Amino acid sequence: MGEKVLMKGNEAIAEAAIKAGCRHYFGYPITPQTEVAAYMSKRMPKIGGTFLQAESEVAAINMVIGVSSTGKRVMTSSSSPGVSLKSEGISYLAGCDLPALVVNVQRGGPGLGGIQPSQSDYFQATKGGSHGDYHNIVLAPASVQEMASLTQKGFELADKYRMVSMILADGTLGQMMEPVEIEEVSANQVEKPWALTGTGMKREHNIVNSLYLKPDLLEIKNFERFEKYKVVEENEVMYEEYMVEDADICVVAFGISARVAKNAVNMARAQGIKAGLIRPITLWPFPKKPLFNAAQHCKAFISVEMNMGQMIQDVELAIRCTRPVYLCNRTGGMIPSPDQVLEKIVEVNDGGAK
Amino acid sequence: MAVVFEKPKALTDAPLHYCPGCTHGIVHRLVAEVIDELGIQGETIAVASVGCSVMSYDYFDVDCVQAAHGRAPAVATGVKRSDPSKIVFTYQGDGDLAAIGTAETVHSAARRENITVIFINNAIYGMTGGQMAPTTLPGQVTQTSPYGRDVNTVGYPMKVCELLSGVDGAAYLERVSVHDVAHVRKAKAAIKKAFQNQIDGKGFSLIEVLSTCPTNWGVSPKKALEWIESDMIPYYPLGVYKDIYAEEENK
Repeated sequence: MGEKVLMKGNEAIAEAAIKAGCRHYFGYPITPQTEVAAYMSKRMPKIGGTFLQAESEVAAINMVIGVSSTGKRVMTSSSSPGVSLKSEGISYLAGCDLPALVVNVQRGGPGLGGIQPSQSDYFQATKGGSHGDYHNIVLAPASVQEMASLTQKGFELADKYRMVSMILADGTLGQMMEPVEIEEVSANQVEKPWALTGTGMKREHNIVNSLYLKPDLLEIKNFERFEKYKVVEENEVMYEEYMVEDADICVVAFGISARVAKNAVNMARAQGIKAGLIRPITLWPFPKKPLFNAAQHCKAFISVEMNMGQMIQDVELAIRCTRPVYLCNRTGGMIPSPDQVLEKIVEVNDGGAK
Repeated sequence: MAVVFEKPKALTDAPLHYCPGCTHGIVHRLVAEVIDELGIQGETIAVASVGCSVMSYDYFDVDCVQAAHGRAPAVATGVKRSDPSKIVFTYQGDGDLAAIGTAETVHSAARRENITVIFINNAIYGMTGGQMAPTTLPGQVTQTSPYGRDVNTVGYPMKVCELLSGVDGAAYLERVSVHDVAHVRKAKAAIKKAFQNQIDGKGFSLIEVLSTCPTNWGVSPKKALEWIESDMIPYYPLGVYKDIYAEEENK
């Protein structure tokens, strides 16, 4: 492990990417993630890497496609409206089976929305977000340390499965400072025989492509991709369980909401209410099994989100609607308070929640 | 027996899908001949675009990536930045380069990306069946300008070489045609220079090739070649629009 330093979440992402061997970053300024680009613009020239401020988010993600097709680790970062612009490119990355890391430091929406933290791009991140059948691996950090470690994990998973890994953070995590230790990890864990490196007149030409005009071939390609997704769902689910074992009320929250929810769970326990927390770390693949298991003894679930209720649908699906699931939310850039979550827990425990 | 004519090595054996009389085949061949002559086949990476030439990745026997509509220069930027020792070119049509991809075109030129752009201008969207292109001539009838392009309502064609000649980062811009043998030879010389520029690290080169689309123009291949000379060249004059190194030499 390296030394412990105090860093902003956005900067921790950038440094962790560099320490994972990423030498190419393409971005476009947007609040509240601009520190990623600013950090990269300082560091990349000193280590022989590329920092390029593109003319648009659209161009940036296509530059990512260019580097990824040559087999090297590459990333871009943005915030909600910018990620919408990148969506076209994300679909092409999926269709070409190219690995890449895409960071979304979310802000309130829709439209230009606001610049305060939000989790309202959950659907966009986990349900595709662009055209066609595909998934991203979606990682939801809840601390500056996880901003770093999940960035590195994201590169590893992207290479392993030839998929886009998306860091779904928010403006709070991007802007806040915490102590963090960032490891140096190898960038060359996976062979990439498909990469465009020039034939060197030694092999057949490689083609990176998402076009299949014959429908039967395109169908096979989609079937194959979903076989791969099944493997990801079986092997890569990550989550944190907190006091769930004997819980009556199971709170479900990710990212910064989970930090708030954990405080509320502690406060509820202090009042003698058996509350617990499940924090999905991978939002896709979603931790269905731990939620299903919790439904065997929990009488109700509360989904704490900074949106109008998006993950709640996945919670209901995971427990197959066998228990009531309540929403405790703020949106538009507002963050729920521990008191608000506690109030909901008490209400649900008393059987009075709507 | 001496071989006097053969297929360039930088083309695969795949039969081209282009319509009879379409000049994509000629330009593919010119690009491949240049790659052969410069001895760069093993180091070249092509970026295919969206349009009739979308499947050029099957024809060029070099590593290829297929880009989203209009994004080829951005993808090429990534490829080139990843390994500047590779020779990277895009092959794009007029809808791709001068409509949906205008920003990527202008900004890759402005950044002086050391890439080569082959730009096919045939004044129409071929692949989707003959709609009005950014380069469709005033008065030209297409599927989406059935009464002829009315400049009062849809505006004027994009003159790409003229436009980019005002961009400081562009190094070499030339408009050529392939409507007869003499012009084909000139076109090849321009394409070769555009690749040589990249080898020499001279920056962004774009060759605009006036091309035919007999199918969507609704004329015979012969008439199509004649139409380039009679109608396209007067609106899109041939020649070198920018050559910063020649300018420097002349100083």
